Amino acid sequence: MLRIEQLSKVFYPGTVNEKTAIEYIDLDVRDGDFITVVGSNGSGKSTLFNLISGTYPVTGGKIILNGKDVTNSPEYRRAFTIGRIFQDPTKGTAAKMSIEDNMITAFKKGMKGLGISLNASKRGYFKEELKQLSMGLEDRLKDNVGLLSGGQRQALTLLMTVLSRPQMLLLDEHTAALDPRNAQIVMDLTTEFISRYRLTTLMVTHNMQHAIDFGNRLIMMDGGKIILDLSQEEKHSLTVPKLVKMFKSIKNQEYVSDEDLLTP
Amino acid sequence: MLEGIFVDGLIFSIMVIGVLISYRILDFADLTCDGSFATGAAVATMAIVNGTGLATALLLAFLAGAVAGVVTATIHNRLKVPGLLAGILTMTMLYSINIRILGGRANVPLLRIETLYTKFPQIFPMVSTPWALLIGTLLIVFIVKELIDVFFRTDLGISIGALGSNEQMIISMGIDPKLLKVIGMALSNALIALSGGLLAQYQGFADANLGQGMVVQGLAAIMIGEFLFDSNKISLITLRVILGAIIYKALMFLGRYYGYYINLTPSDLKLLTGILVIVSLIVAQTRNAASTADARKKALRRNKERREASMKEDGDA
Repeated sequence: MLRIEQLSKVFYPGTVNEKTAIEYIDLDVRDGDFITVVGSNGSGKSTLFNLISGTYPVTGGKIILNGKDVTNSPEYRRAFTIGRIFQDPTKGTAAKMSIEDNMITAFKKGMKGLGISLNASKRGYFKEELKQLSMGLEDRLKDNVGLLSGGQRQALTLLMTVLSRPQMLLLDEHTAALDPRNAQIVMDLTTEFISRYRLTTLMVTHNMQHAIDFGNRLIMMDGGKIILDLSQEEKHSLTVPKLVKMFKSIKNQEYVSDEDLLTP
Repeated sequence: MLEGIFVDGLIFSIMVIGVLISYRILDFADLTCDGSFATGAAVATMAIVNGTGLATALLLAFLAGAVAGVVTATIHNRLKVPGLLAGILTMTMLYSINIRILGGRANVPLLRIETLYTKFPQIFPMVSTPWALLIGTLLIVFIVKELIDVFFRTDLGISIGALGSNEQMIISMGIDPKLLKVIGMALSNALIALSGGLLAQYQGFADANLGQGMVVQGLAAIMIGEFLFDSNKISLITLRVILGAIIYKALMFLGRYYGYYINLTPSDLKLLTGILVIVSLIVAQTRNAASTADARKKALRRNKERREASMKEDGDA
């Protein structure tokens, strides 16, 4: 599905602010994988997502999506395959437009024509789809999205992303800005949609328990590198303390080897 | 005379719809307008003088405006400069181009030649001339408004609206935002030029300085319209723009007509327009703040009632 080869990203190269955000990452995401991604702030998770979706140009390496090299293709074109949801609930919807107008934009990916697709049957379909969010949005099709709460907006974003039929989902801490109850609702919907539409998924989370509970694979990032890649079987017996211990021991090894370099 | 204000306001309202598309719908602060309005007037005038026919003249004006919009959007897209700068660049270049179009002159009259506004009295012979002009203009504005309303209900129109509200969403939906901006800016400036083409025929001349200060006047009309009523429906938004444009022209007429009592001269009208925009902004801001404060008070009261009710329940139990 997605193959990343020797990917690297350096910000402000050649200046005093030069910063390596991603250091030669290789990653093979198989069809149907649901990978959780953990790592501390600045470990390169978001940069990795920005590179995959095409927000930033890469410094080196290749991104291969469905066997095609998309390293230099623009973000909007990759969006046909990749659906991305951000932490900020306002990023996925247009606040100044009604729910139905938002949904019709998401309904079919790509450039739009002069046809009028928003008709009674579409409205009925949108209502049915909105019902599964159980947030009462099905009765508010004509309300502006700006009037909705953060949880409602994120659930709507999720629904719109799924309606646009991507093959792959990139979830960038998409429940982190919500209160616990809404976060739970959105997370339940997410897993429901992922299994129903068999979406290949990468999910960044700061919730270690979520990282362990969801998905069939877990990767941990640090300093722009993937330092841990656990399969389904390895995840099975994993607990949060074990995961933290693994992280610390890997960090220690690095630290020790750094020390080795300093002593003659 | 009263009819004159309406005709003036209605012609102006087509331009304001153009400004609405760039400022409010696309969220693109576009100054091309000051140039493309005069371009529309110049192209229509020269076409009529050269005998192309009235419909062709208006179509050419419309297309010339669209080209100006495409230029601004392309400068913005390719060179990644802010829309404001891209618009100023096009506007400045258009000033020279407009004089070229007018054959090296700053002013070309449309005297003793058939224009839409000499034709309207023949088309509507049953009413007096001022009324015929008004009915003809009203008809044109009605057609433009209906077409724009339909356009912003199509899939393409809706995605242009979404672009102004959230560019990231458009990218996520697999649409090239640059292309949408080009289309939106072309439509915006095409309408502005069309309005210029109509005004040249109404007042009987085209002038290279016709567009000066148009953006601010357009904004003033939009803001006046926004005081009238609140809506997210495109048909009501365009309606309120047209009403706002007429009210603006009426206010300016009053300023010109009765202004001399307080020593106002026509050259003070630009100052008045600016003050009008500033006052509108202040009123909108205070109104916003007041409604937020009101909502907060209501929420606090509801909370208090709920707490009292639950305390009472606890007391009962």
